[in-house]
Amino acid sequence: MKKIQLIVLLLLPISLFAQIAIKAEIIYTVSSSPIREGVILIKDGKIKAVGTAAEIKIPEDYKIYLSKIVTPGLIDARSVIGMSGAMNVAADQDQLEKSSPIQPELRAIDAYNPNEQLVKAVREFGVTTVHTGHGIGALVSGQTIIVKTKKGTIETVVINPFAMLAMTIGPEVSSNFSSPGTKAKQISMIRTELLKAQDYLKKMSDKDSTKRPTFDLKMDALSKMLKGEIKALITANKSVDIMNAIRLSKEFNLKLVIDGAAEAYLLINEIKASKAEVILHATMARNDDGMINMNRESAMLLTKAGITVSIESGYESYVPKTRVILFEAAEAVAYGLSFDEGLKAVTINPAKLLGIDNRVGSIEKGKDADLVLFNGDPFEYTTNVTSVIIDGVVEYYTAP
Amino acid sequence: MLNKSVLFISLFMVKTAFSQEKPLVFKGALIYTIAGEPIKNGIFTVQNGKIINIGPEGSAINPAAEVIDVTGKIIMPGLIDTHSHLGGPDGGDGSNPLNPETRAMDAINPKSDGFKKALAGGITTINVMPGSGHLMGGQTAYLKMREGKIIEDLLITNEKGVTGGMKMANGTNPMKGNGGFPGTRAKSASLVRELFLKAQEYKIKIDKAGKDSSKLPERDLRMEPLVEVLNGKRVVHFHSHKSNDILTAIRLSKEFGFRLVLHHLSEGWMVADEIAKAGIPCSIINIEVVGGKMEVLNLSLKNGGILENAGAMVAFHTDDGITDSRLFLRSAALSVRAGMSREKALEGLTIVGAKILDLSNSIGSLQKGKDADFIILSGDPLSVYTKVEQTWVEGKKRYDITIPADKAFLTGGYGVYSSDRGEFHHHDGEEDEEGN
Repeated sequence: MKKIQLIVLLLLPISLFAQIAIKAEIIYTVSSSPIREGVILIKDGKIKAVGTAAEIKIPEDYKIYLSKIVTPGLIDARSVIGMSGAMNVAADQDQLEKSSPIQPELRAIDAYNPNEQLVKAVREFGVTTVHTGHGIGALVSGQTIIVKTKKGTIETVVINPFAMLAMTIGPEVSSNFSSPGTKAKQISMIRTELLKAQDYLKKMSDKDSTKRPTFDLKMDALSKMLKGEIKALITANKSVDIMNAIRLSKEFNLKLVIDGAAEAYLLINEIKASKAEVILHATMARNDDGMINMNRESAMLLTKAGITVSIESGYESYVPKTRVILFEAAEAVAYGLSFDEGLKAVTINPAKLLGIDNRVGSIEKGKDADLVLFNGDPFEYTTNVTSVIIDGVVEYYTAP
Repeated sequence: MLNKSVLFISLFMVKTAFSQEKPLVFKGALIYTIAGEPIKNGIFTVQNGKIINIGPEGSAINPAAEVIDVTGKIIMPGLIDTHSHLGGPDGGDGSNPLNPETRAMDAINPKSDGFKKALAGGITTINVMPGSGHLMGGQTAYLKMREGKIIEDLLITNEKGVTGGMKMANGTNPMKGNGGFPGTRAKSASLVRELFLKAQEYKIKIDKAGKDSSKLPERDLRMEPLVEVLNGKRVVHFHSHKSNDILTAIRLSKEFGFRLVLHHLSEGWMVADEIAKAGIPCSIINIEVVGGKMEVLNLSLKNGGILENAGAMVAFHTDDGITDSRLFLRSAALSVRAGMSREKALEGLTIVGAKILDLSNSIGSLQKGKDADFIILSGDPLSVYTKVEQTWVEGKKRYDITIPADKAFLTGGYGVYSSDRGEFHHHDGEEDEEGN
């Protein structure tokens, strides 16, 4: 008897996760119809059960949170937070290294700051997972990562330490480097480098290890993209740049993600035929430079045409230093996207695109307990996020 | 004699045809007059660019009027943006940190498609300002979103007889530290004080001359607008973020007796009581996530509510291109999200702005005799799902969401906007010099 008590006492502090139950008027699971008067049970950081209050009995030792609305934790398909800081001074801007236009060897894990105030800011607006890392503005600016926005170190928050290679085709590149100075030069430089990587890959697979080339960080990173282990994340907004990205991906058999995609609405058939995935610019992005022809109805237009859309915060050079996908999705809904599709564009769609839909993106048994509690319609201007739960831990709480 | 009569009659007829424009009656809307309680199913009559009458449900309708059924819609005053950079305004150049003589009106493109963006957002009056890269950027321009090909078509003269205010700034934006520009806050203030001391001397000479024009001092383009500032005719629109900078702006206004409006005031919430006590009106911006430059890191969506509770007058602004004119209603909604009252938020989009620009006799609320500047909304003004359906300026419909060419300015799309709008010069990598 005494032994058992001792074991229980020892186990209690070891359990890092409080057992939590959420009772809500509406649970938007995303994976199935909304549940009215629903309950979610969270155990050890995972969703243990989700259903109606009638179906699910809340165990006595669970701490209960009440909420009007619950959604899955939001997933930002493309950001630079944690790399590009709020202060906007040289010391907190790590998203773009301008010493060379092609640097696939640059790892985001070596720069990401989980304690940056913008990470906290988006967390408090319900963003629980972010695809972030190297920015736009170089042909290959570096690697990207997928992280949870919870407090911690890169080691404790990272989901994927090398998710994609961040590439840019378009006017943003030529303003950062003396060369490439033209569109044609941009493409020729990328092709040259990818041909080198093809050759490297071929030689590396030589059965005779003595004939293999010496290990090369740059070539190794590009090889992973050529082998399809990671996706090519190509920021391209103007239609000519989007087509260049598609042409490149065909030539080198890349798994293409078109990012930005401001003029994608002009290329519905071409994008569908290419099987490229799309991360769409923030709805409220400024229509300057390559974005001059952006359309706030793009999310609706692309979705209606059968292209799956994930909405990003993207990159901002000034004020605001980052956008928030909660608001960007809300605006997409205001501009014609349905509520359900708007929610998908910041949950399950990016989860699938990022290859993490087995863990996040919907409220289902067994998935990570990443949840956002709202005191009203999540997209409404005057609604507040009242709590944010990441991996079963309440990371943000205000009285509902 | 006969000829004279004919001439008189024909002149009269022309004048009659012009002035007796058919009245327009908007029937069935919920009317937020801002001057009092909302009116359900109101009868709203406009004619010749003015509001003729606002009656409750069942009021008599002028039989000569054209009646427009707007049942289920909301009518409210045209929005007033107290701080914008649409139309490509500029002011001083790099040669001097103090530029009272430069006028935004000399730079603005009256045909800028940025103004279409404002109309799509329900904005009917704008204070277009030079940037904040100077201690004194220049004279601002008060514009109505009328159709126009020259700037005078848009420019409005306010109750004090001026067409704009005076843009000033402190904090880091003007602190370039070279070329005569200050490198510190104390130097910034001392340069401003020196200029105002000169303006005081100039004003004394003018006052002494009285009606004897021979005794007037030589004309001085730099001094003249500052005399208007010292006389209280021309308001100072002061860009200021940090609490210490805000208090410096107030200190300067007290020393020289100029009328002050504080703009942005990211840290206004920290000194809300001081601002309210000094009776200084505020024009705030809402940014959902802070960051981008050091001095805005304490900005909070709670600013509006805290200033309201302290008793300060609060208006909103877009600072377009920092926030988008099409989302001006959203700005007020974000303050409500963080604790401001609905009533004061709606006033902050309308009547407070009118007061700040000395235009409240003609705009800012829906009242008999005021300009027929109003918007028709599909729903609640503070909802994300609401659309501005129509924007009217002085009785003329300037934006109609059912007209595809108008709606294009709401959504954007291929070739809708040109790249010469001007407001984006803030983002060319010179943010710290030209930024807001």
